[in-house]
Amino acid sequence: MAITLTDAAAEHVARFIENRGKGEALRLGVKTNGCSGMAYVLEFADTIDDDDLVFEDKGVKVIVDPKSIVYIDGTELDYGKEGLNEGFKFNNPNVKDSCGCGESFNV
Amino acid sequence: MALLQISEPGQSSAPHQHKLAAGIDLGTTNSLVATVRSGLAETIPDAQGRHLLPSVVQFLGKNEDGYQTVVGYEAQENAVNDPTNTIVSAKRYMGRGLEDIKEHSVYEFIQDEDSKVPRIRTVAGDVSAVEVSAEILKALKQRAEEALGGDLSGVVITVPAYFDDAQRQATKDAATLAGLNVLRLINEPTAAAVAYGLDSGNEGVHIIYDLGGGTFDISILKLTQGVFEVMSTAGDSSLGGDDLDQVIVNWIMEQAGIESPSATLQRQLHDKAKAAKEALSEQDSTLIDIDIDLDDGRNWQGELNLEQFEKLIKPVIRKTIAPCRRALRDASIDVDDIEDVVMVGGSTRVPLVRQMVGEFFETEPLVDIDPDKVVAIGAARQADVLVGNKSDDEMLLLDVTPLSLGLETMGGLVEKVIHRNTTIPVARAQDFTTFKDGQTAMAIHVLQGERELVSDCRSLARFELRGIPPMVAGAARIRVTFQIDADGLLSVSAREETSGVESSIQVKPSYGLSDTEIETMLKDSFSHAKDDMEARKLKEEQVEAMRVVEAIQAALQEDGDKLLSAQERDNIQQAIDELTKVAQGDEQRAIKQKIEEVDKVTAEFAQRRMDASINKALAGHSVDEITEGSK
Repeated sequence: MAITLTDAAAEHVARFIENRGKGEALRLGVKTNGCSGMAYVLEFADTIDDDDLVFEDKGVKVIVDPKSIVYIDGTELDYGKEGLNEGFKFNNPNVKDSCGCGESFNV
Repeated sequence: MALLQISEPGQSSAPHQHKLAAGIDLGTTNSLVATVRSGLAETIPDAQGRHLLPSVVQFLGKNEDGYQTVVGYEAQENAVNDPTNTIVSAKRYMGRGLEDIKEHSVYEFIQDEDSKVPRIRTVAGDVSAVEVSAEILKALKQRAEEALGGDLSGVVITVPAYFDDAQRQATKDAATLAGLNVLRLINEPTAAAVAYGLDSGNEGVHIIYDLGGGTFDISILKLTQGVFEVMSTAGDSSLGGDDLDQVIVNWIMEQAGIESPSATLQRQLHDKAKAAKEALSEQDSTLIDIDIDLDDGRNWQGELNLEQFEKLIKPVIRKTIAPCRRALRDASIDVDDIEDVVMVGGSTRVPLVRQMVGEFFETEPLVDIDPDKVVAIGAARQADVLVGNKSDDEMLLLDVTPLSLGLETMGGLVEKVIHRNTTIPVARAQDFTTFKDGQTAMAIHVLQGERELVSDCRSLARFELRGIPPMVAGAARIRVTFQIDADGLLSVSAREETSGVESSIQVKPSYGLSDTEIETMLKDSFSHAKDDMEARKLKEEQVEAMRVVEAIQAALQEDGDKLLSAQERDNIQQAIDELTKVAQGDEQRAIKQKIEEVDKVTAEFAQRRMDASINKALAGHSVDEITEGSK
């Protein structure tokens, strides 16, 4: 099992965590709502639960709860720009189809 | 694929339900929009990577979709060729009446009969300052929505601390026109302090020194329990970076022997001066190259070094120190009490500005955040909290009223209901009563200001409470409630408690005061404190005299013939005539003395009236009945 980050994503996560001044990890996960089944969770993490899975890539600690990992295992987190907009993207190999905007997905 | 941002723990939103918020610094010269993404507050650049949006709107025409406009840098360039249709510095006209603005403006202002709002004549029709500002806000809204990939749920817009109700309401109106939901208006200096996180830091006094393109503001804030109180403001509404540029322009003209430059040359001089100023914020000298005449190839080249530059601009910067001193005095603050000095505005990049301000306040100024962006960044942080992207324990920033609010009472006095520097939102009620027997209506005149007399304060609104049941003077209980919402906007309601009749007004004033007038109003309240006290005493005495005269006249009408001889009646009449005359003068002691004399003259009459009414009440009853009744 693995979660990886692109260089751009790792750099931005490190910068955002430093700016926030607390929390050491990034939480990735899924929630069961959204227009097409699942939705991604992307949060700062102040605490790590006992059953959380902890990954580390490019100096960034990423944590995922055991329920979510089955939906996002193998995901590469990327950071990109679309026009003026910029933010994180999940390159998730498990996705079969997603809603038009890609905010929610099915496996 | 949608682009996601990192949320606070547990604050991840459902898809398509992101609460997007932005902070907007709607400036006189430049405007900015900022937002918090993944916990980081940043201003949003346009497609060319420019963060500032010049607050300039060129009106081209009008169709069913609204005005056709060009906003920002492009409009700024067109201003030279199309000055009458290109509006700059619209913020100076926000919430102002025609009389406040027409003297110092290049635009053709008109005002029609049924509207108090002055409008500027352009090819697209007559536009108000609110509409001009709305165009700027629309451009910023579009930029933010493109950058965030969705509609904005709400924005926080900053306004100068000295903005009065009219100017704040005008700003809100502009936002509504632009289709923005205003979460709150906050004071610019407060936003700057928030950007530096001073709101969660030490309690104490913070100085916000804001030297922008064309305006200078100094604000003294005091932080107590998470609330910023504006202790004093001062400034100069026509002093800024443009003045620094101008002294360089003058220097170049002198060096190059230019006497009456053409419009094109003037513009070139200005651009080069500005570039030189910016260069000298980072290096010790700069070369200036001017094409004086393109046709004959005449040009001038010169070098301006830091020492010369600082000598040139020193007098301009020194002009900002006097308002600083005034603000300190108004706030009764010593330099030792100051916690921080926050630098705001592009002109504070000039090292000499930082140096002189640091020396004056004996504190190293805070300059880490880009001084152009600091206000927008603070607003964005506040917007992020207000829209609900942070957990509940995050502090909600409160603001305070800039001037006291009250209403007119008898004799042209102002009774303050909400005092200056009260934290908002707030509601305060005060009970009033009727002045005359059988009074069925009451006029309520809402005023803003620190002085004691109506004539020295600013009138915000008037309304009437009608349908008060006829009662003797002083029996009605009229509760007047002043309510200020989180944006500092006021509504006033009046209710007669025994009958339940009520009336209310949303204060939406149609014109305002100039910055200097507001500043003067504040200062006057200190310098005229003694005069005001005297004036209040005089007015109160005059009101008392009128009350005495009215009461005696009513009594004379009722019982004068029955209880008084012609001689006695003449004496009383003469005494109240004299009192009426003295009461019109301004000798408070004389009026008081006369009231006492009238009391003496009428004492016998009052005694007889008392006896007569007791006799009347007792007539036909036995002593037993009366003692029984009093048990």
